[in-house]
Amino acid sequence: MVPINYYLILSAIIFTIGAIGVLSRRNALIIIMCVEMMLNSVNLTLIAFAGQWNNLVGQIFVFMVMAVAAAEVAVGLAILIAHFHLSKSTNIDDVNLMKW
Amino acid sequence: MDFAMIFFILVGALSVGAAVGVVTSKIAVHSALFLLVHFATLAILYVTLNAQFLAAAQVIIYAGGIVILILFVIMLIGSGPMETRAAYRSWVPYAGLALGILMLAGVSLTLLQAPATPIDPEANQGGVPIVIGLTLYSQNILLVQLAAILLLVALIGALLLARRPKPEESPTSNLRS
Repeated sequence: MVPINYYLILSAIIFTIGAIGVLSRRNALIIIMCVEMMLNSVNLTLIAFAGQWNNLVGQIFVFMVMAVAAAEVAVGLAILIAHFHLSKSTNIDDVNLMKW
Repeated sequence: MDFAMIFFILVGALSVGAAVGVVTSKIAVHSALFLLVHFATLAILYVTLNAQFLAAAQVIIYAGGIVILILFVIMLIGSGPMETRAAYRSWVPYAGLALGILMLAGVSLTLLQAPATPIDPEANQGGVPIVIGLTLYSQNILLVQLAAILLLVALIGALLLARRPKPEESPTSNLRS
């Protein structure tokens, strides 16, 4: 069987890739996708620990993360569309309406 | 190195490759499709971790819902090739890369020194729906209600935000003028 450590390392790799994507890409859609990837890597960690300790609460909490991810992507894309109506751009460097 | 290890390395490499594809791809649609592959491979890994119901939920919610939503928005607002570099703050990507590699090295070193604990193949009784359902609706019923309220608020918020503003009551027209 595969030890739990390898799952955690894979999860850390995916989280790092997502974080680098959030910091380096300027397209708001890509940033939302990278945030989803980071949430998914946390899900993988939770499920791996649930398997290690033989405890279902970790798997239950993944449901909460999935609900938050769904809500986050819906509201995030709505904000993106609302901003696109204003500025015709999805570059987050153009999101400076509240900057004075 | 047994069959399970080879399978894990293959699926994990596919997952990491798809994640890199999401970040580096120049076209937004390609990123969304890489994201689909990434979610599917994670669902396979959930099955190997005794979470069968969560694997199904992963495919339904993420691959079936969120990726399709993102694809709809890409089609709605158009997706030409976009520049990936920041116009200013050009040191932020390199700082992010350095800090990310630092974090990854720290986590990996810690985990490789920890004792390798294999997963009990009977852990959580395979995560079948009946086990998940009993735990979810007996001990964690408050979580279900919280998730319901959260999703309701998100639904209303998304409806209000994405509504096309009428020209005479545009909330930012007086700000821009």
